[in-house]
Amino acid sequence: MRNTFIASLSEIAANNPNVWLLCGDLGYSVLEPFAAKFPERYINVGVAEQNMAGIAAGIALSGKTVFIYSIGNFPTLRCLEQLRNDVCYHGADVKVVAVGAGYAYGSQGYTHHALEDVAIMSMLPGIEVFVPCDPIEVRAATHLIAASGKPSYLRISRAGEPVLNATPPDNVRRPRLLREGQDIVMFASGPLAAQCLEAAASLAQRGRDVGVFSVSCLKPFDDDFIRAVARNASLMVTVEEHVLRGGLFSSVATALAGEPRRMPVVGIGVPEMGGKTSIAGSREALLKAAGLSVEAITDRIERALAKDSA
Amino acid sequence: MTRSNLPDAVEFARRIRAHALRMVHAAKASHIGGCLSMADILAVLYTRILRVDPADWRQPSRDRFVLSKGHATAILYAALAERGFFPVDDLKTYCCDGSIFTGHVSHAVPGVEVSTGSLGHGLPIAIGMALAARSAGAGSRAFCLLSDGECDEGSNWEGILFAPHHKLDNLVAIVDFNKIQSFGTVAEVLNLDPFAEKWRAFGWHVQEIDGHDIAALDQALSEVPAMPGRPTAIIAHTVKGKGVSFMENKLEWHYRSPSDEQLVAALAEIGA
Repeated sequence: MRNTFIASLSEIAANNPNVWLLCGDLGYSVLEPFAAKFPERYINVGVAEQNMAGIAAGIALSGKTVFIYSIGNFPTLRCLEQLRNDVCYHGADVKVVAVGAGYAYGSQGYTHHALEDVAIMSMLPGIEVFVPCDPIEVRAATHLIAASGKPSYLRISRAGEPVLNATPPDNVRRPRLLREGQDIVMFASGPLAAQCLEAAASLAQRGRDVGVFSVSCLKPFDDDFIRAVARNASLMVTVEEHVLRGGLFSSVATALAGEPRRMPVVGIGVPEMGGKTSIAGSREALLKAAGLSVEAITDRIERALAKDSA
Repeated sequence: MTRSNLPDAVEFARRIRAHALRMVHAAKASHIGGCLSMADILAVLYTRILRVDPADWRQPSRDRFVLSKGHATAILYAALAERGFFPVDDLKTYCCDGSIFTGHVSHAVPGVEVSTGSLGHGLPIAIGMALAARSAGAGSRAFCLLSDGECDEGSNWEGILFAPHHKLDNLVAIVDFNKIQSFGTVAEVLNLDPFAEKWRAFGWHVQEIDGHDIAALDQALSEVPAMPGRPTAIIAHTVKGKGVSFMENKLEWHYRSPSDEQLVAALAEIGA
């Protein structure tokens, strides 16, 4: 994902001399192609995220489009007030890019797990929030935010995530179909969409009709799309590598809150306290511990269906 | 506007002090002490230094001014009004319901580059503006006015470290060093000394001047860059509440608003 991001940004910068990239001394083996091609528009600010966000606002308020890049919580939580006041209050054209979504940094430990960032960034006024599931969506989202003129947050994983649908989305602001199916509808944000596809295949083998959508745009959230899909479904499921509060589940539940016929929504995400792990583990191990393995997701859905039919 | 027909800085400072006193009195607002300490700095900037056209102030090649000590906003609004960005009469709406003139600096006000209020934000923004200006090659400069108290903020020191490394000689940081911060003197709360030496050690070209000496301010602010390849820091030694004897060097005037009688006495002292 991160290599797709920098390749996409390099394409954009080749055609748009106003695009700058700042990093907080992170991005080794990722950002070098951009730095080599556009040295006058690339700055390693140093390990100083507040300064990076403020500088980005100052450059953007001078008519530029500025991407800032770092790991997990560093370009978001560490400089949150700069993003609120300097960037969002002024509508400055700054794009925050965080690599290492959710448990992507696995055994590096809790400080490197980004589990609340989507909720917190979504609270900022006027910002758009993207959590792509695969390299195809990363490319589409990078192109979209580079041209949007708005503050944006792009949350990407690390490297090696598979392409889940080779057809580029027409509009990355809308949920993207990954698997046809109407009765049980799964919404995923981020690379967990791959686990959702596996879970859906497993459920289908047991005779279930399961659809899967990737919701890469968390803000603005496409409430109408969710409502339209819900009309033909008997169960909705959200899956996210993030706490439930303020993320995909909250947005789906809110979209459906006013509907006359409300079907159950199963929210599958990182438990708030469970996320505070002090045990080393790969992403896969941590996902399993959080109830986000393919088996756990499948089991949660089966249990919800059993409860529903009881 | 040529320099010869710009307003006189001394008279400009006197007028903006009077406006700020009236504004803070009418709004029952705070922060008059920090407004009065920076009056002469603003007067020199807006009468002699800043290349900005009030009639068309968003020209890309303009100089940028960022007031990082955003609580001292009354006197900035007063300076912008006196300089012709909007009618002086608008100042009467300061802090009133529905007014754009909020109690911390607002970019809704013509001539204001950025909203501030939370301390430690202005310098990094000004650095970004200086970088963009250098890239554009139009010769514009970025000036940032900080309080002494906000030099407690780590974000400022991130910026202070960054600017010399990147040889930003079109950047000027001015510290309104009035020695009193929110809850005590700077010496008591978190001592900055040796202050100028810290900036020098970080690689800035530093000038220490009397922040109420118009000629000294003019000379220091006119020499940009004073040293090619280095940003300029001007440590302006000032007096909190300057110009009103009963406000000078008194912590309470970070908070208090003058009574009717005190306003009359204050205006008389500054000759308004």
